[in-house]
Amino acid sequence: MTYPSRAVPGLILICFTLLLPTSARADDFQEARRLFQQGSYPQALERVDAVLVKQPKDARARFLRGLIFTEQSRFPEAIRVFTALTEDYPELPEPYNNLAVIYASQGQDEKARQALEMAIRTHPTYATAHENLGDIYAKMARQAYDKALQLDASNASAKAKLALVKELFSTRASVVAPVKGTIPEPPVPSPAVVAAGPVSPVVSAPAGATPPPAKPEAPAAAAASPPPKAGEASRSKEPADPQAEVLRALDQWVKAWSSGDANAYLGAYAPGFKPPGGQNRTEWERSRRERVVKGKRIAVQALSPKVTFAGPEEAVVTFRQSYQSDTLKTIGSKRLVMVRSAGRWLIQREELGR
Amino acid sequence: MRGVSLLAVFAVVGALNLDTLAMGPKLSPGSLAGKAGERRPEGAEGAIVGVFRLIAEDRVAAAHAELDRLLAVNPNFRLAQLVKGDLLLARAQPIHALGNAAGVPEERLNDLREEARARLLRQRGETPKDRLPRYLLKMAPQQRHAIVVDTSRSSLYVFENRDGVPHYVTDYYVTIGKNGTDKAREGDKKTPLGVYNVTGSLPVAKLGDFYGSGAFPISYPNEWDRRAGRNGHGIWLHGTPRDTYSRPPRASDGCVVLTNEDLEALSRRLQLGATPVIISGGVDWVAESDLSRVRSSLEETVEAWRRDWESRDTGRYLRHYAAGFSSGTMNLAQWAEQKRAVNAGKTWVKVKVGEVSMFLYPGAEPLAVVTFLQDYQSNNLGNVMRKRQYWMRDGDAWKIAYEGAV
Repeated sequence: MTYPSRAVPGLILICFTLLLPTSARADDFQEARRLFQQGSYPQALERVDAVLVKQPKDARARFLRGLIFTEQSRFPEAIRVFTALTEDYPELPEPYNNLAVIYASQGQDEKARQALEMAIRTHPTYATAHENLGDIYAKMARQAYDKALQLDASNASAKAKLALVKELFSTRASVVAPVKGTIPEPPVPSPAVVAAGPVSPVVSAPAGATPPPAKPEAPAAAAASPPPKAGEASRSKEPADPQAEVLRALDQWVKAWSSGDANAYLGAYAPGFKPPGGQNRTEWERSRRERVVKGKRIAVQALSPKVTFAGPEEAVVTFRQSYQSDTLKTIGSKRLVMVRSAGRWLIQREELGR
Repeated sequence: MRGVSLLAVFAVVGALNLDTLAMGPKLSPGSLAGKAGERRPEGAEGAIVGVFRLIAEDRVAAAHAELDRLLAVNPNFRLAQLVKGDLLLARAQPIHALGNAAGVPEERLNDLREEARARLLRQRGETPKDRLPRYLLKMAPQQRHAIVVDTSRSSLYVFENRDGVPHYVTDYYVTIGKNGTDKAREGDKKTPLGVYNVTGSLPVAKLGDFYGSGAFPISYPNEWDRRAGRNGHGIWLHGTPRDTYSRPPRASDGCVVLTNEDLEALSRRLQLGATPVIISGGVDWVAESDLSRVRSSLEETVEAWRRDWESRDTGRYLRHYAAGFSSGTMNLAQWAEQKRAVNAGKTWVKVKVGEVSMFLYPGAEPLAVVTFLQDYQSNNLGNVMRKRQYWMRDGDAWKIAYEGAV
């Protein structure tokens, strides 16, 4: 029995102009981040250390330093960095989450659980921490079942793979693109802050080995028509309207998910869909089938969807996803890249929790 | 997500409630809360039932803590591990029943569900405070304890002999045969029903780990079993292998299996060759006054039999014997002939009967097992022996269906 591994969200590459009072330091930090993304960890560390010499309290630099240590499997150092962050910024959930990821990777489930509970205490709607916590509980449950049923104990030692958060303030309205001159809201963590204004199409840079997502050509095309409310999409009377078609596809996907119709749900994904986190398709489908099941009380809603076209056969849909089950309630931003294939709009790429 | 969803948690206890409906009166979480806790507050079973109660009351954190305490002491208590798994999983996803482990044979989950059900059922039982199993008519003075097993409740009850009157002491969860009860044949994996006694103790050193902390063979097949053509052997009270705290309610090859701690506690009360073990498919609990009525009628009859024997009037003596009598070697005609021949040579006979025990035999037919020390003296012969008689109710009268030395 292998533990279903969690989809690791793609690297989040939106620039935060936050906490960057001087452009020199900003440059150093950006460079460190770029090096980190390239996998040049020693060089990235050097840069980050340079930033920290000047600004030892810089939360983002310290966070990045923790990420570098994590990627280098220098876990004791990573734990020290993230722990110090939780002490200095107890209101930030991300360091707790990443501490949990490291603890879980070392089989210290109870510590991982405690860290995730802390993340959620500060941010009750933090989806990543919730999902990670769910995985930790499921894993601890599995261990108890193994003992109950005397199953092979080697299963019990499998490590839970949790999602590492690669950006500080990832709980914030992080889909807001870095528009020049725009100063993002201050990083006062508050539950479930979601971008209030119109959401611009997201421009993502390549993340590691992941192919770049479709790049919308004309941001102005976003929200060209008033966005219909969730649930209204399928009632559109204009079948020829590609935007209505996309929204209808979105609506069907949401309904399939909510009703636990795994076949319809999985049928909404394009053949070329790349599961997040480099999971293979079969693995991903299996893990989705475990979660999308009939009889489970799930309510998924796509709120305020906005459609942007990257071409006649490709669209980007962004919306606020509300997910509610017996045990979990989250609201977060979601972005779907959809492609038209044989007259149907199918999901090519899915990004969540940003 | 705040704690565990109520619905999910009720699934654990709720599943048990629904299933136990078929087996008895409705068990609501409330009644579980009220009754279970009071009766058996201590012990591993008290703890696991306490956990169910806490879950029913939606005190999930307390249930967790209680489970952890229980598992610290009994890490091999599989049912507790299963419940722990459910409580944890309920925080990750909705759960619908007791035991949500995916990808394991349903049979193994069912074993643990059965154990949960059996242990809950036990806790709902009548408190045997002012009532007694109808079998325990009279304990012999040397019998310090009597054991009654109710297979329908997965329970073994211990009674203490206080001046011949049994008093409830404690009870334990037991596992019985895979194929149930009413053993008839060698290898049928059933537990016998009847009146037996502990015959010996097998040294732990000679036993495999499978039998846990000890084994006490009982006297199956007894005289009545052999008369009915029942066979097989090796029915024991024994313990549990080290890798598990307890076993499912029906899992043995016919033995009565206890947890090791329970067997150890029980073994201190067992007297080899003396302690009665009565195994029933469903115990009737009656008031002591009902017991004493039956006891008196049987005592009077046995006394009449003794006097009639002393009278050397063979006809009076033989009226106590049933038409279907057998001594194992003689039928009624042969027995009568022998008694007439013996009595012809007697000028006097003195019979003393002591250390009498009387137990009703489990089952529909009214049958009593009377065992006593018989001191027989006559003009030409005397002996002392332990004797057993099976008295069968024939209309208003008790008649002897079997008689023989023990």
